[in-house]
Amino acid sequence: MADHAHHGEIDKVTGTATTGHEWDGIQELNTPLPRWWIWTFYATIIWAIGYFIVYPAWPLMNGYTHGLFGYSSRAELDVDLAKLNQIRGEKMQALANASLEEIEKNPALLALARAKGKVVFGDNCAACHGSGAAGGKGFPNLNDDDWLWGGTLEQIEKTIKYGARSGNDDGHMGNMLAFGKDGVLTKEQIVQVANFVRSLSGQSTRPGVDLAAGKQIFAENCVACHGEDAKGNPELGAPNLTDKIWLYGGDEATIIETITNGRGGVMPAWIGRLDPTTIKAMAVYVHSLGGGK
Amino acid sequence: MNKPLRATELQPDDDGPLYLAQKKIYPQSVSGPFRRIKWILMAVCLGIYYFLPFVRWNRGLGAPDQAVLIDLANNRFYFFAIELWPQEIYYFTGLLIVAAIVLFLMNSLGGRVWCGYLCPQTVWTDLFYAVERFVEGDRRERMRKAGEGFKMQRAAELALKHSIWLMIAWWTGGAWVLYFADAPTLIKELVTFDAPMVAYIWIGILTFTTYTLAGFMREQVCVYMCPWPRIQAALTDEWALNVTYKYDRGEKRSSLKKAAQLRAIGEPVGDCVDCNQCVAVCPTGIDIRNGPQLDCIQCGLCIDACDNVMTKIGRPTRLIGYDNDINIHRRMEGKPEIFKPIRARTVIYTLIIVAIGGAMIYKLANRTLLDINVLHDRNPVAVRLSDGSVRNGYTIRFLNKRGFDRVVAVDVDGPPNAVIHVVGADSITPARPMIILGRDTTTELRVLVDSNSSDDVPSSVPVTFHVTDIGLGEVASTKDVFVTP
Repeated sequence: MADHAHHGEIDKVTGTATTGHEWDGIQELNTPLPRWWIWTFYATIIWAIGYFIVYPAWPLMNGYTHGLFGYSSRAELDVDLAKLNQIRGEKMQALANASLEEIEKNPALLALARAKGKVVFGDNCAACHGSGAAGGKGFPNLNDDDWLWGGTLEQIEKTIKYGARSGNDDGHMGNMLAFGKDGVLTKEQIVQVANFVRSLSGQSTRPGVDLAAGKQIFAENCVACHGEDAKGNPELGAPNLTDKIWLYGGDEATIIETITNGRGGVMPAWIGRLDPTTIKAMAVYVHSLGGGK
Repeated sequence: MNKPLRATELQPDDDGPLYLAQKKIYPQSVSGPFRRIKWILMAVCLGIYYFLPFVRWNRGLGAPDQAVLIDLANNRFYFFAIELWPQEIYYFTGLLIVAAIVLFLMNSLGGRVWCGYLCPQTVWTDLFYAVERFVEGDRRERMRKAGEGFKMQRAAELALKHSIWLMIAWWTGGAWVLYFADAPTLIKELVTFDAPMVAYIWIGILTFTTYTLAGFMREQVCVYMCPWPRIQAALTDEWALNVTYKYDRGEKRSSLKKAAQLRAIGEPVGDCVDCNQCVAVCPTGIDIRNGPQLDCIQCGLCIDACDNVMTKIGRPTRLIGYDNDINIHRRMEGKPEIFKPIRARTVIYTLIIVAIGGAMIYKLANRTLLDINVLHDRNPVAVRLSDGSVRNGYTIRFLNKRGFDRVVAVDVDGPPNAVIHVVGADSITPARPMIILGRDTTTELRVLVDSNSSDDVPSSVPVTFHVTDIGLGEVASTKDVFVTP
């Protein structure tokens, strides 16, 4: 046990002073921490106190101590972002100044617009149209050459800006009416016109259905929007019924459902949420996906 | 004295320390053919290292005109007429393999030629020793001064020595960074403190390493840090020529006077007069007469030292020389010496060097300066168009490794009635898409392929893209697949 009587005694083997502690004849040598170590340790304590004073450190009930330097990582981020925007500014200005056609013909601007468009598309559009813009039921595939509201650069830009059935005054209007639900057509008539519509794109029809009657119903009810030749009207968002692409599906049941209940998918207006240059880049990106006209 | 220890004489149970404090070495100056070779190689190696960044090489307008340049910012490596891109890094792998086998070959012919004459550690240490000798004097003076107290003159000498060392070290770091940027521009920037921080940091690091490795650590690097002595010990064979003390001639050692007396009465006596000159000149402080040892870098300075003594006392030179144990034993048995530089080991090494070097040169001479990489769209993999045909989208990266812009046409074949569209180029040249590839850069474009294949085609058919330089006729191709939904 501790025996302070022997404190400071010199150990014969090592020549080091002992602490006076002894356990079963084994004495503890007094080898204190080196001075430099101790002083470094004290220096770190002083350093930490200084750090508390000059940098944000203590959480308070409403916020925190800001420190003498007034440092904040958020402010630093703002400065970095401002710098980044300054670097990008020149290129973005070039994008803003060029017309959509000019962007597409200038390889550098095209690459820039596509890069920017891809990122913005992923953030804003992918939720409905998919990350590769392949769409889904009710959400158009933007890679193909079929466009409800027109596939030119200007038409695409307009659709992105103002949307469709979005509530924006400049947005696209026009619904597929609910011919069945509203009592315009009977169930039998709907079956007839649905089979006629399938025949337009060369698909099989149900045997025994009167296609002539269907054609008559189509002429009376549908041509106003879809046109005499059923090739649709981008002004009204009326799809081409003679091609192989179906937004909701081209099977008989789906077409009957569409005629019965109508359709009216919504594309939001992005004009207030994205700046015009970003929308421009997006229009070029969507156009370059493949289907642009 | 100085007898090699036998294994039985070593006593592992001794209570001696497990480490040795560095023994300060004061190599004596020496002259002779090996010293001359070392001076010349030092001048050549350091001359190349220090001045190569200033050599110019015209590559045309807009391209860097530095003969050897590692352009990290633009991912290019320039070596005179050769320009390499990052994906051609395997040339360096080949170069490293060739370098390794050349080391093996040198080792099997002449021992540690690399260690003794060419290794940067040896070259810079040799230079630092030369400075030390110039400022403080030769071996005896340096040893005397080291033992004396600290006087003004001594302080001035040390200050001068360390200043020169630091200047050499600083120049070493300075030359290093010049390989990574245009040398004259960077020097201007370094002087006006406009250079990037990384340049100063690297100069600092290399100044520090040169100063400490060549000024203080010296032979410790070779003996304790470097893996090569261990590797070469495993690579050597009995035919390799190494710096060797020919004990068949040297033993028994005696003093000059005693040797003359013994010779006069016809007693056998060795040529070694135990003058210790071989030890005095040794930069690693060993005694070559103890036989082959790990610490010996085989610089040949002891050969020069011994030859000088042998000449003076009128005995044949090369008591120490490039030799091997086989010849020592043959001479002891009265047989003639034999040397076998051509043997399986050296022949195989040479063949490997020729094979890999030849393959690299062939590949380099025939490498394509136009290339094309294709990435198929993943989402969507395929798109059905309104007329029923199928479209696949690809991202194509074109690589133009030439120093000028060029016009290329992009073609596709494989899928039935395939039509290719290059986004951005379609409206300009609709019939056959043509694009301009900027000089020495890559161009990434979106490419669409339409095929009006009927429904019964397989879901995936091979497709080949060709890019053709309209002016030079160079063609590059790559394969991918065309998918039908």
